[in-house]
Formats: sequence, structure tokens, C-alpha cells
Amino acid sequence: MNIRYFDNAATTRVDDDVIEYMIPYMKEVYFNPSSLYKPSIMVKKAVNDARERVAKAINANSSEIYFTSGGSESDNLAIKGFAYANRKKGNHLITSCIEHPAVINSMKSLEKEGFEVTYLSVDENGFISLDELERSIKENTILISVMFANNEIGTIEPIKKIGDIAKKYNICFHTDAVQAIGSVNVDVNDMNIDMLSLSGHKFYGPKGVGALFVRKGILINRLNDGGHQEKGKRSGTENVPGIVGLGYAIEKACNSVDENNKKISELRDYYIDRVLSEISDVKVNGDRTNRLPGNANISFKYVEGESILLRLDSKGVCVSTGSACSSLSLEPSYVLLSIGLSHELAHGSIRVSLGKHNTKEEVDYLVDVLKEVIGDLRKMSPLCEEE
Amino acid sequence: MYSEKVMDHFENPRNVGVIEDASGVGTVGNPVCGDVMKIYLKIEDNIIKDVKFKTFGCASAIATSSMATELIKGKSVDEALNITNKAVAEALDGLPPVKMHCSVLAEEAIKAAIEDYKSKLK
Repeated sequence: MNIRYFDNAATTRVDDDVIEYMIPYMKEVYFNPSSLYKPSIMVKKAVNDARERVAKAINANSSEIYFTSGGSESDNLAIKGFAYANRKKGNHLITSCIEHPAVINSMKSLEKEGFEVTYLSVDENGFISLDELERSIKENTILISVMFANNEIGTIEPIKKIGDIAKKYNICFHTDAVQAIGSVNVDVNDMNIDMLSLSGHKFYGPKGVGALFVRKGILINRLNDGGHQEKGKRSGTENVPGIVGLGYAIEKACNSVDENNKKISELRDYYIDRVLSEISDVKVNGDRTNRLPGNANISFKYVEGESILLRLDSKGVCVSTGSACSSLSLEPSYVLLSIGLSHELAHGSIRVSLGKHNTKEEVDYLVDVLKEVIGDLRKMSPLCEEE
Repeated sequence: MYSEKVMDHFENPRNVGVIEDASGVGTVGNPVCGDVMKIYLKIEDNIIKDVKFKTFGCASAIATSSMATELIKGKSVDEALNITNKAVAEALDGLPPVKMHCSVLAEEAIKAAIEDYKSKLK
């Protein structure tokens, strides 16, 4: 069956030229970049080229880029690494209640170790309040961590304004930009970002590799003990094919952000508009304009997300849901509950995340199939007849 | 994640609908939890002549509803009362552990519908 893939926020297909670029680093130039003989020098250079490319993509300096195994590790290293290194300055951290689990759970771990964490609330579109942020800052606040763009509802936070507040109070500002890189233009200097997490497989690069930007002068502790790699901040032999692939992919993605975004956001609006006009009792979650170009999160009343997802799956359509039934917990998405959705609406949410390969024909197919599936499931739903 | 039988009953659920002059109706679950099951019974001479259901919920909630209706159709009221959630799950070749509560809901829905029928007899 033809697969129609609408889950680019989960992961993307690696571009063919990225794969081609990576292959030699598994075959001919497989050497350990830490070795001293000549063949290794080429590998070390390739890793540093990738570092340059990542730095250039976010307007940082290459000495400020550390490669990791992905977004989750970058978040852990940034938050815990910074908290441990700066504990003498204070033990209060500020984050939002809709962060990725890598951030939320890092914060929870730190709370168990005596750190104090403020979780900022969000409004009905998923935006934090700058007032609340400023009011939450205390003498002992050392870190603010707010995601660039939300993975579920696509809301893009006011990063530059958060950066300005952090700078005003001389507090370190970390952002999880895993969903943003390649979809939004990011400039760590203009936006006063001190630490930034990113992950290769969200912008048509490989999985299992990510990076953390740490501004010069910001101290972080290493989390795993080992060798001297990544200036001692992230031990372990470098994932060279992954790193060079990430470097190639980020350069390519950031060079075509504007061009891709125009196409992808038009397709997203076309999808949302068709659903709104052709399916009754739906709610668009997140902000209509200030959201990731590819993200469309919609709740379908009276029906449950896992059922929608699996019915779509049997028609070859891949999407995701914030319903509890798709997860191991029995609670629906905390992000959707945080923006004020009822449990019932959160259970009926479907996230479509479009990428550069999606076409209008595919979106038409998606909407047609969705209409059929929603209609079918609603006929079966006891909640429909009550209304 | 799901057995072929679960997927079959999810994709092609049996006995979906309502019975207008039902002898007993049982509704269990809560939209907050993501599952609501409503079972309609037509009972004559203590035998379940017809059964229909409507379910809001995940694939396993729909599949267990469908299987539960199949298991009790044509059975006596007492036989239907003896059907356990395990029997429903086994008839579907098993459910993932996290989904076992769906089969409990199916058992409860049958019991609630029969209780409704019995209360009307009084």
C-alpha cells in the first residue's frame, strides 16, 4: 500500500544526498577522530566541518557546539549540567508546563535533588505569559528553559522576548529547539539564547545524533564520565556518520527554510480550512498563525484518537494523537490539558505534521479518508446521540 | 500491538446500533477516561434475542464491545451474566495489559444492561 506520511514532527525521511554524504564515514573513512595518524585527521576535520555548519545555521561559534545522541540528551545535558555547575549561584529554575518530557523530567529529577522549579502556565493557544515569567524570577533563579516551538500543538513561543528578559536579569536561557530547527529561522545572538537543543532526524537528517549549543562563558557539568571528547562535556567516541549527516542536513534545511515554509504552511492552512468546512464539531488546537508551518492539531468531538489513528492507518495514512489510549498512561496529553482542553477533546485529537515531501493530492486524500473515518466512528459513538 | 481478531472487530464491528424498544440498556464508562460503552438488549423468554452497542473509545474498547455482543447473543440472561472480562479478552486472542480495562468495561456494560432489564421486570 502507498503510505501517506503526515508525522514529520515524529521523524523525517533522511534525504538521499544526506545518506550519500554519510556513507564514506562508515566505509573508507571509518577512523576514530581521536586517533593521531593521518587518516584520522580527515575524520576530525569532517566532524569540525559539521560543527561549523551547525554553528552557522543558528549564528553561533563552532566552539560553542557539542554533539550528542539527540534532543533528549541535549536537554538533559543543558538543564542538569547547568544546574549542577551553577548550584552555588542559586537553585531555582523556571520552565513551562508544556515542555517535552526530556525537559520536564530533567526538572523533576532536579527537584528530587533539592532544586526548586517553577512551571509556567500557558494560555489557550499554548503561549507562556511574559508577565508570569518576570514575576517568577527570584534572587536564586539560575535558569529559564522554554521550548522554541511545541511538538504537539506547534505553538511558537516568544523566544526573543524571553531571551530579552533572561538577559535583563542575567539568567541563563535554554531553549529546546528540536521542532523549530529547519522550520523556523533561529539566531542565538539576536534572540539572546544561551543554550539550545537540536536533533538531526527532525530536518531530514539521521536519528541518534543531536547537538547542544552552549554560549561561551556558560558553565555546564558533564553527565557521563569518560574520555575527552567534545571538550570533556560529552564523552564517548563520536558518532561520525551521524554528525556529518546532521551537519549536511542542517545546512540544507536552514538554507531552504523560507522556501519550504511557504509551501508547507500553505498546505497546512489548506488542510485546516478543509477540515473546518467539511467536518462538524472540530476544534483547532494551538494558535492559527504563530505555529510551526507543518503542524495541524485538531480535536474531533465524540470520537477517540487511537480509533481515528488506526482507522487511518488501515488506509495507509500515518498521523499521531494526544489521546491517552495511544500511550501507556491513561491520561491524555498534558499539553492539550494545559491549554484548557477537556479530557474528551484531548482524547479526540489528531496531530498532522506536514513536511517538504507532502503534496496537495496527499492532503486531499487525508481529508477524504478522515471524513469517512470520523463519520463512521461517530455513527458508533454513544456521545453523538446525547447531543 | 493488537491481535488480528481485535483489529478485525475494530475494523468491522458486529452489532453496532441501537434497539429502540430495548428490554434493557446499560451505559458504563466516562468520556473523561476516554471510554463509554452503551449496550442494548432485546430479551424474550429469558433469552437475549438481539443485542446492539455504541462505543466511544479506542480500538480495544470497540473490539471488546463487538466481541461481547457476539458472545451473549442467543444466550440466556444467566449465561450472559457469567461472561467475564477474561472471556471477552480471550475470545479476541488477548489484549495488551494496558488495555485490559476495556474488557472490564464490556463485562460491566452487559451486567448494567441486564440489571436495567431486571429492574424493569419488578
